[in-house]
Amino acid sequence: MSDLEKPAISAQNLVRRFGSFTAVNDVSFRVQKGEIFGFLGPNGSGKTTVIKMLTGLLPLSGGEASVLGIDVRKDPETVRENIGYMSQNFSLYSDLTVTENLTFYGRIYGLSNDRLRKRMDDIIQLNGLGPYLNRLSAQLSGGWKQRLALGCAMLHEPKLIFLDEPTAGIDPVARRQLWDLLFELSAHGITFFVTTHYMDEAERCSHVAYIYYGKLIADGTPDSLRELPDVQPPGTYRVEITTPEVTRALRIARTLPGIRSATIFGQSIHALINDDLDLDRLREQLLKQGIVVAEIRPLAPSLEDVFVELTYKHQSEIEATRA
Amino acid sequence: MLNPFRGFSAVFYKEALHVRRDFGTLFFSLIIPLLQMFLLGFGIDTNIRQINTVVYNADGRRESRELLDRLRNSDTFHLVRFVESDHDLTDAIVSGKCRVGIKIPVDYSDKLLHQMSAQVLVLIDGSDSSVAGQAINVTTAIGLDESLQRVLATSGNPTFAVDMRPKILFNPDSRSPNFFLPGLTAILLLNVTTFLTAFSIVREKERGTLEQLFVTPVRPMGLLLGKLLPYLMIGFFELCMILVFMRFIFSVPIHGSVLLLALLSLPYIFVSLSLGILISSKANSQAEAMQLAFLTILPSIFFSGYIFPRETMPKFFYVLSYFVPATYFIDITRGIILRGAGWVHLWTDAVALFFMGTMLLVIAARRFQNKVIMA
Repeated sequence: MSDLEKPAISAQNLVRRFGSFTAVNDVSFRVQKGEIFGFLGPNGSGKTTVIKMLTGLLPLSGGEASVLGIDVRKDPETVRENIGYMSQNFSLYSDLTVTENLTFYGRIYGLSNDRLRKRMDDIIQLNGLGPYLNRLSAQLSGGWKQRLALGCAMLHEPKLIFLDEPTAGIDPVARRQLWDLLFELSAHGITFFVTTHYMDEAERCSHVAYIYYGKLIADGTPDSLRELPDVQPPGTYRVEITTPEVTRALRIARTLPGIRSATIFGQSIHALINDDLDLDRLREQLLKQGIVVAEIRPLAPSLEDVFVELTYKHQSEIEATRA
Repeated sequence: MLNPFRGFSAVFYKEALHVRRDFGTLFFSLIIPLLQMFLLGFGIDTNIRQINTVVYNADGRRESRELLDRLRNSDTFHLVRFVESDHDLTDAIVSGKCRVGIKIPVDYSDKLLHQMSAQVLVLIDGSDSSVAGQAINVTTAIGLDESLQRVLATSGNPTFAVDMRPKILFNPDSRSPNFFLPGLTAILLLNVTTFLTAFSIVREKERGTLEQLFVTPVRPMGLLLGKLLPYLMIGFFELCMILVFMRFIFSVPIHGSVLLLALLSLPYIFVSLSLGILISSKANSQAEAMQLAFLTILPSIFFSGYIFPRETMPKFFYVLSYFVPATYFIDITRGIILRGAGWVHLWTDAVALFFMGTMLLVIAARRFQNKVIMA
């Protein structure tokens, strides 16, 4: 395999135990160069532990991991040298100015003065930080803090950047702008490893994985996940039912034959129904129970649907093995 | 190719920026010790003199007045009140206006003239043990002296058989600043270095920047040294400042080598910094760090011999005092400043400090690895 084809991250059978507790249980995945890899999962499911293992902070209890072709266990220093990392609290020094923050991180990575100056110019241009150079980072708004933090994480031109919940607590405009920037950078060949709780952000990733209590239960492109048989069992399809009385409608829908599952989604209900139940008959059955349906239409499963289905399935498997 | 101190200069420079930007903290951390120094230097005198004393002189003749003059001249008693009854005598003590009451009975002069034993009642308020102790010592001594003089005068051989001549070395006037300030140096130095380092690391924890630094190529030694060195410099500057003030404002003479003192302060500062790191591995907020730091300051004040002599402590606390770093450094400062002690006398203290510092640093580094980096 030539260097170009090597994956940015390759994790094989990763295991991490803390005493008798297994935080990460046999997790394997690959992230190709230039991908935006979305790593999802509930709080405490092992996301941060995986990041710590991949960045060489936490020894592996089992398995193998290589980052940018470097074995994490053998040479964590070189791994850290070549990656960027931005945490959710942006990790800036609030009593230092924008320039001072950038300079500090540049020096940490051992950039020469010339290169540092050039990289700072590039990043200031790219992130639009120009007007704020002499401002203390404490005085920046959330969105600008985040841009500065991203700037600090990419001064040394890393080929892979870890973003740990990069959009927690920032406004929607800044969130959109960050994603635009990520797409632009990824087009230049930079790989991103992003953790997030936002499903719309997960939809934007070119590759997503879902970890649930230490187990990786989904791994693929968003579209391939939507087509998984566990998510979309053969002989079923999904519909969106819009009605003014969602809560009552949900209660009733769950009792109707042919409806496998139903959940509320804003002002509508998302339901998984059998192929033999067509839309007109569904509308009729609901009307019989006094539910007026404004609109009813077929729907592709969202990533949230995907993760909900996979979680249910995983839980029932766990219960089955226990019993 | 792996430089174990990688990132040192970047961290050092950044830390210096923090210090400069947060000038208030620096100012207070330097000025408060000086204030403490002035309070202790000028305000506290452990020598007990001029105790408020009430007198009931029922006799009133020449002999009794001579006795009172002797008490007055001892500098220990300040005769502030003269009463005419036993009741008033006790009342003055109960009310707290006087600490000592002296009753000279009506037959004092008569008994002396007839070469009988004359009794003088001395009432002492025991609520402050050191005042009481001093009052007992001085009154007994005056009584003994008075008796001896009379015996000698009648025996025809007016010389003492044994003549004790106490001579106090090193602090002949028993000046309190000479005793307190060298010890204070140890407390203040601990204060500044432990607090500042613990805070500087915990602050990075609070901000999340520590987490960030761990995923950069900065090596742990580079990070720690870069963070510690600025505070070591501040601590050293503080030490010099205290020494200058001590020497020239409080006129405490330094009998030994200042250079040796500076040199021996390094292992002590090393202990304080390690303690700061240990605290920062435990504390997750600055408030928590503050409480833990106070926990280290208190034993340093009470069990190090700084205020209370270690020799009179109960066995348990005496043993405990060997685990307090300040104990050793106070031994060093008092040794060099007051007694002119040299390396020969003090090297054991230095070794003890160096050993403690290394132990603490190892424990702190291990805790840091397990609880902070891998948590």
